[in-house]
Amino acid sequence: MRPLLLHGGLILVLFALQFVLPDYHHANVARIMIYAVLAVGYNLLLGYTGLMSLGHAMFFAAGAYGAGLSVYWLGYGPLPAFAAGVFSGLIMSLIAGVFLLRSTGVAFLIVTLMLAQACFLTTLYFNNFTMGEQGIVLATTGDADILGFSLQLADPAVKYNVALVALAVSLSGCLWLVQSPMGRVLVAIRENEQRTRMLGYNTFAYRYFAIVISGTIAGLSGALYALLFSYVGSSFASLQYSTFPLLWTLLGGAGTIIGPLVGTGLMFYLVDIASGYTTSYLLVVGVTLLALTLWFPRGIMGAVRARFPAWLP
Amino acid sequence: MSLLAARNLARHYGGIAAVSGVSFTVEKGEVRAIIGPNGAGKTTLVGMISGRIQPTAGSVWFNDRDITRLPSWQRVGQGIVYTFQVTSIYRNLTCFENVALAAQRRVGGRPAAIAAAVAAALTQVGLPDEANRQAGVLPYGHQRLLEVAMALALKPELLILDEPTQGLAPAEVASFCDLVRRVAESATVLLIEHNLKVVLELAHRITVMNRGAILAEGSPGEIEQHPAVQRAYLGQ
Repeated sequence: MRPLLLHGGLILVLFALQFVLPDYHHANVARIMIYAVLAVGYNLLLGYTGLMSLGHAMFFAAGAYGAGLSVYWLGYGPLPAFAAGVFSGLIMSLIAGVFLLRSTGVAFLIVTLMLAQACFLTTLYFNNFTMGEQGIVLATTGDADILGFSLQLADPAVKYNVALVALAVSLSGCLWLVQSPMGRVLVAIRENEQRTRMLGYNTFAYRYFAIVISGTIAGLSGALYALLFSYVGSSFASLQYSTFPLLWTLLGGAGTIIGPLVGTGLMFYLVDIASGYTTSYLLVVGVTLLALTLWFPRGIMGAVRARFPAWLP
Repeated sequence: MSLLAARNLARHYGGIAAVSGVSFTVEKGEVRAIIGPNGAGKTTLVGMISGRIQPTAGSVWFNDRDITRLPSWQRVGQGIVYTFQVTSIYRNLTCFENVALAAQRRVGGRPAAIAAAVAAALTQVGLPDEANRQAGVLPYGHQRLLEVAMALALKPELLILDEPTQGLAPAEVASFCDLVRRVAESATVLLIEHNLKVVLELAHRITVMNRGAILAEGSPGEIEQHPAVQRAYLGQ
């Protein structure tokens, strides 16, 4: 019950924030929430299944390109484009999962990295289709018709609330999953895979499932990002977008539900504030991460959980 | 019909034969012990029975079905449950969660059914009050019992215990023997054990292995008297 109240309360606070935030921070928080969806999906794999990926950019980019290219080349409206993006993320993770089935640990990290780099190079190779590095600016004239309401995606309030809904859905989906028998098996695989096999679980199938769910959520995040911020380019498939979710999750606390959101928000503002003072803002980020691994190896929410509420999922 | 039959099972590692051409059968309801000096191939043999190790040659039959190619997790579904020689529990999870993982494999996802199965298994091994403790902080003897509780929650037809009394205090060994006797009322038990006293007390039949092959097989009385066994194993 308490986890439900905590996470429900968090969503309510985020909902209320939009009425008090100045424009600049309003836009930032919308962006953070979209990124947080990516981190929530990532955390399912790292925090709950124990698989560290360095290739989530391929899923994020699959979602972004699935949505963006179908708008640009096929003239899709926002809703079908969104569906196309999520579907692309799903297909990408189904395919990547096949390559990743046999690998865990460091091998998993390397294989995800290689697959993601292959996807990045693919977006460059087909640059007359994807516009490569330069990318595609999407026309945002489209309205999304949802239950008779016409939503202007260019409207900041619409952006904010669409992002909020996506975050709420992915957070509650994740909460439900990790507390289900299925989630218990994923944690068991993280803790001791061999033992889990000898309890009669096909751990390959469970790991595949976790990869597909995590990748599809990343695809959803990418699709929303492209549609809400009207741009898709090959930078979405670059290594940067693979390391981001890793850092956000580690900062916030892998294996906690709200850790990824906390980490994403903190890192975003850390970069934002530091870059106001110096061009070498990545140095500040690096030092923060070093301090974190030294003093809070389980991330912020991990440290909070160790000190206070043991019920925090 | 035997519950379990191994036919000419062999496992080679490079040029070394850990197990070579072992055939034996286990009848339903019996407690069978496998003894032998270190490196005799006991763990490799039960590894092939539980599916953790693929045999180089030979076949394994369970309930008259050839299960040689069946992966280990499917054999658990068939009723073959293995407990590890080195205690293998989820140290960071509570005892309840440890046993729940085994229970939900059998009873499905309903929380009430899982809770009932967990309570039954923990009570059976004598740990009913430890449900909410973290498994890693339990004393070693209790960790072994927890491992057995996980196995029992799967309601095994054949329970393989790999060196279960290793590292237990003498008093714990005695109560462990009582536990195995109770378990044997509903399951067939295959026991690998170094402690000969435990073996003679529990086993209906004993299989003696040496250098990857079966040296002798018989009742505890026969094995005690067997000259080759005395030479190879008892050091007399």
